[in-house]
Amino acid sequence: MFDDLRDLYQEVILDHGRKPRNFRRLEDADRTARGDNPMCGDRMELFLKLREDGGIEDVAFQGRGCAISMASASLMTETVKGKQPAEAQALGEQFRSLAMTGTCAECGASLADEMERLQPLSGVHEFPSRVKCATLAWHTLNAALDGSGKEATSE
Amino acid sequence: MNASVQPVYDVERIRADFPILAQQHRGKPLVFLDSGASAQKPRQVIEAMVRCMEERYANVHRGAYRLSEASTADYEAARAAVARFVNAADPREVIFTTNSTAAINLVAHSWGRGVLKPGQAVLVSEMEHHANLVPWHMLRDEGRGIELRICRVTDAGELDLDDLEAKLADGKVGLVAVTHMSNVLGTVTPAERIVAMAHAKGAKVLLDGSQAAVHRRVDMQALGADFYVFTGHKLYGPTGIGVLWARLEHQERMPPFLGGGDMIASVTLEGSTWAEPPAKFEAGTPPIVEAVGLHAAIDYVSAIGMPALEAHERSLVDHAMRRFSDIEGLTLLGRAQDRGGVFSFALDNAHPHDLATLLDRAGIAVRAGRHCAEPLHARFGLEGGTCRASFGLYTTQGEIDYLAEALTKAREFFA
Repeated sequence: MFDDLRDLYQEVILDHGRKPRNFRRLEDADRTARGDNPMCGDRMELFLKLREDGGIEDVAFQGRGCAISMASASLMTETVKGKQPAEAQALGEQFRSLAMTGTCAECGASLADEMERLQPLSGVHEFPSRVKCATLAWHTLNAALDGSGKEATSE
Repeated sequence: MNASVQPVYDVERIRADFPILAQQHRGKPLVFLDSGASAQKPRQVIEAMVRCMEERYANVHRGAYRLSEASTADYEAARAAVARFVNAADPREVIFTTNSTAAINLVAHSWGRGVLKPGQAVLVSEMEHHANLVPWHMLRDEGRGIELRICRVTDAGELDLDDLEAKLADGKVGLVAVTHMSNVLGTVTPAERIVAMAHAKGAKVLLDGSQAAVHRRVDMQALGADFYVFTGHKLYGPTGIGVLWARLEHQERMPPFLGGGDMIASVTLEGSTWAEPPAKFEAGTPPIVEAVGLHAAIDYVSAIGMPALEAHERSLVDHAMRRFSDIEGLTLLGRAQDRGGVFSFALDNAHPHDLATLLDRAGIAVRAGRHCAEPLHARFGLEGGTCRASFGLYTTQGEIDYLAEALTKAREFFA
């Protein structure tokens, strides 16, 4: 009945959705931000620990949401750990393009490896009402990096 | 179930009246189980609205020409039809609004600000749709000294009548504003009893009949409430039209809400005097085509008969209860004794949005989220929301079987 949905719910998505990585509080976080999609009830809190040079030393999150939003947040934390904020934000831009169109025309060779990791979420572009589930984590990351303290939303 | 004693109708023949139900989605028939959010429209409603615009349309209450007279007659005939449908004592008790939300806001603004006194309270319940909660938050927060009290809901999803009694006890409650049927739990509230309890303590009663009026015969003279609201689009009619039923004695005391044309007796540059009820509350050009559509919808359900609709729904509810109880890992929200065809549920291994995406792929339309009732979901510890299947007069037992099968397969999918 649902076989063709394996494009959206690939095994890696289900796995990260069930057992999100870096799912914890960082008590010594330098930056935190909240993300909230009030229409669907998805909610997360993101924690960043920064190095002296501004790079992302550690990143973790807590929250609740659907498999897509949890998996996306989990994959995001794995992807941006060790990156400079500018790199992480560039990845976020590419990811939003991937989530909305299914392809990433602008992805240069420098981001290829990281985008490969995020590729399993590309199926979400066929489900317009679910794109915001995938992008919430990245909006929240931007809010944390900006240090604006504003609650992020992708709705 | 003993079918011989129940009035029934031919569901397949009824389904043929609804053009949208013939649609296919990815090669699968549409299984529309979101009528609680908004119901589909029969051809009779669609055609009545087209006929209105093609043959009898002009603005109402204005021109002394044939078309305007025809349009005015149609608009007022719709009011009379609504009055008959809910057994109102007088058609003037029927005020047309744009939907239930607008009707409740009208009461909150006009009666709440013009009649309710500082020191008085409004009592709502934990299972209200946001439409019957937020307008009262706004009234409370205006600094007029209006208190807002909340009646608890039991674990079974019924109104806690002991709590209602306790919160009415000091006589300060001026209005009890509660749902007649929960849009999440399907619970039908004991309206006559609530009215008796409230009136005994001097409180007026507003019933939100957005769901109830679709599923049951509602009788204004028997219920004895003070205000009753419902909306056209859930009753197989168009969007953009709702009903506030309000006793004339209340309408007399209520100041107008919106000012403009059609609601005045006379206007000078210095001031104006108000038209008689219900025109006083219908400022501006009203939803004329929509009123004609609502009239057609009322004729449509009345021709089938509300008792037949109720019997059909009861058989669907019984069938759904049996089928859903067989599904491993499924939690049903609420188990009220008296309930209608609205079921909110959660699967133990699937988030409601993931589940709704799967069901959509099977051609099944359900609502996912918190269904404009966040506090109620918090009450039951389901902040992440639920999926909701809500039935209409065109829903079949086969569709419920198909949903049950899909839920079982969805659980395997996420295993």
